[in-house]
Amino acid sequence: MIAVLLITFLITLFYMAIANRMLTYVKVLALQGVLLFFVVFIQLSEINVVNLIFILLETIIFKSIAVPLFLAYILKRNRITREAEPFLPNFVSLIITTVIVVATILLANSIQEPHLDKIFFVVALSTLFTGLYFIASRRKIITHVMGYLVIENGVFVLSLAVGNEMPMLVNLGIMLDIFASVLILGIFLNKIGDVFKDIDVNQLSNLKDY
Amino acid sequence: MITLIYLIVAFSIAIALFINKNKTINYSLLGLFLMIQWGFTIYACLHFHATELDYFTFDALGILLLITLSVISIPAAIHGFLYIQNQQGPPRSRSIFFAAIVGLITAIGAGYLSNHIAVTWIFTELTTLFASALIYHHRNKLALEGTWKYVFICAISITFIFIGILFLSLSLMHAGSSDLSFQNLLANSDKLNPYWLRLAFLFIFTGFTAKLGLVPMYTAGIDAKDTAPGPAAALLSSVLMNLGFVGIFRFYSVVANTSLHHWASLVIGIAAFLSVFVAAVYMIKVKNIKRMFAYSGIEHMGLVMLGLAAGGVGYYAAVLHIVLHALVKSSLFFQYNQIYKVFKTKNIYQIGNYFKYNTTGALVILLGFISATAMPPSGLFVSEFLIFRSLFEANQIIVLILILLLLTMIIYAFGKNIFKILFLPAVGFNEDSAARISPWESLTQYILLAGAVYLGLNPPVEFVNLINESIMHLPI
Repeated sequence: MIAVLLITFLITLFYMAIANRMLTYVKVLALQGVLLFFVVFIQLSEINVVNLIFILLETIIFKSIAVPLFLAYILKRNRITREAEPFLPNFVSLIITTVIVVATILLANSIQEPHLDKIFFVVALSTLFTGLYFIASRRKIITHVMGYLVIENGVFVLSLAVGNEMPMLVNLGIMLDIFASVLILGIFLNKIGDVFKDIDVNQLSNLKDY
Repeated sequence: MITLIYLIVAFSIAIALFINKNKTINYSLLGLFLMIQWGFTIYACLHFHATELDYFTFDALGILLLITLSVISIPAAIHGFLYIQNQQGPPRSRSIFFAAIVGLITAIGAGYLSNHIAVTWIFTELTTLFASALIYHHRNKLALEGTWKYVFICAISITFIFIGILFLSLSLMHAGSSDLSFQNLLANSDKLNPYWLRLAFLFIFTGFTAKLGLVPMYTAGIDAKDTAPGPAAALLSSVLMNLGFVGIFRFYSVVANTSLHHWASLVIGIAAFLSVFVAAVYMIKVKNIKRMFAYSGIEHMGLVMLGLAAGGVGYYAAVLHIVLHALVKSSLFFQYNQIYKVFKTKNIYQIGNYFKYNTTGALVILLGFISATAMPPSGLFVSEFLIFRSLFEANQIIVLILILLLLTMIIYAFGKNIFKILFLPAVGFNEDSAARISPWESLTQYILLAGAVYLGLNPPVEFVNLINESIMHLPI
């Protein structure tokens, strides 16, 4: 069951690579939150109940409701155009994402590890690198934030792989999640939208050496 | 117990500063914080080697850097006060500024002392929050750009550190343990799984380079130091960089005791060499005085890491260099505000003849330049010389020659700009508008620079012992 959920998670990455509209990204992020909710529910069977409820609440409330709603609100408030405007065509994005996934599968096959379920490793690493790729290949600042949220979901998957032995690490991961998202999105809500009207990374080049 | 009280009181002072807008209360709270900071430092020195709250140990490296932090926190408060007085901004910006300074100093100090990699990571994360408040002090477009870049890159780098910690925990499971404290990692270092440890080292090293200011993540720090006010930039470029050093150094001590020692040294060495190279390239072009100081910081961190990678006497030199660099670089950044007050710009073209307008301040710049380029009376000369010797002894002659060539370029570029500031006339500067600066404002910088000379040339026995003890876990 976990395998099905995690593979669905991987498929959402492919979908994100070819998606054109900003709202689609938001919906995919919400879907990833729901998938993580079920993965946590099945995977972390050995940790104590209070902690489990806390983690479940974080995935469902924070990851799949609060953040997507907030992103949708920002899109609307700042009147960001609906197109994602990637630097590269979607077809190339799809190929690069595929290459990343294949490479992580090959990497995972080369190691022998009794303590780690390999599918977690594959999904986590490919999500991480795909997120970095999204950040590098998209033009808008808000898509950079979404790329970062994808990376965090990948890290969360990796922390679940060791979650039964070290529940503390999952909690730390959640702390990172909330802290960094609030900090980044907070700046976004307050300032970036007001100051940089047409939000594009090319505008962020005023700090110069001379 | 005292550590807990210190953390609670210090963070409550930060919150109180944030809420309260009254001038008198703000300054008295700041004074109170300095007293608490020094009280805690003295307490830590008296309880050397004690462990408190399970996660904080007063070990040699922690104590050494904590004292450096407390020393720099006093001029930071003084110059923060002068800066805010001069700026005449709204009370709100003053209270946020001091709250962020207090929070930053506390988080950095706690990060130095923590003996658990996850706790170090948490406090590193906290410094991002306070630093971003300081960088955004001016509330304009440039400040926003700097803040955004800093926050985003730091968020990615703390995520990297977290991934590294996850891999480290996998590596540690092979040793049948789940305690991620540095002590336990050192004790189990022979049983760690090398494959996961390798991945862990790559991610943790990359993550901490954002704070340390090394290739690949150095860019955020440059923009941050450019946009933050002078006193805040002094903290970012000295004590905050030391926090990145602590993170890498403590983990490197663990890795150095495994079979991956040479590989890890190679990784650090490559990043360090590239940092010096990048610093040299940018130093030649840079015309913004603050960014010039920041790039000089990148160069010094590259040298520190080269010392660490070369091993032998390089370990000692690395720790010595990081302490001395903190004193010198912070004094240069404190001095920057006086230059800005006189010339109202940070572009080197429009700054000149500084000796004429502010003799004491110009002397600080000159002495700071001599110190930062490690010319003989400066203490950094000793540590840099030892780093070169360690490279020589490690048979890295080609690296040494290349580094010396790059350093020559850096000194040339640095000197060209500094002498322009001090002796050549400024373009289109109206002399009548030059502000008068009290010589007393430069006093703390003289003390810091003199401290760097003293510690380098005639180090007290306790100081040497602290350095030797902090590197005792590293193999020769």
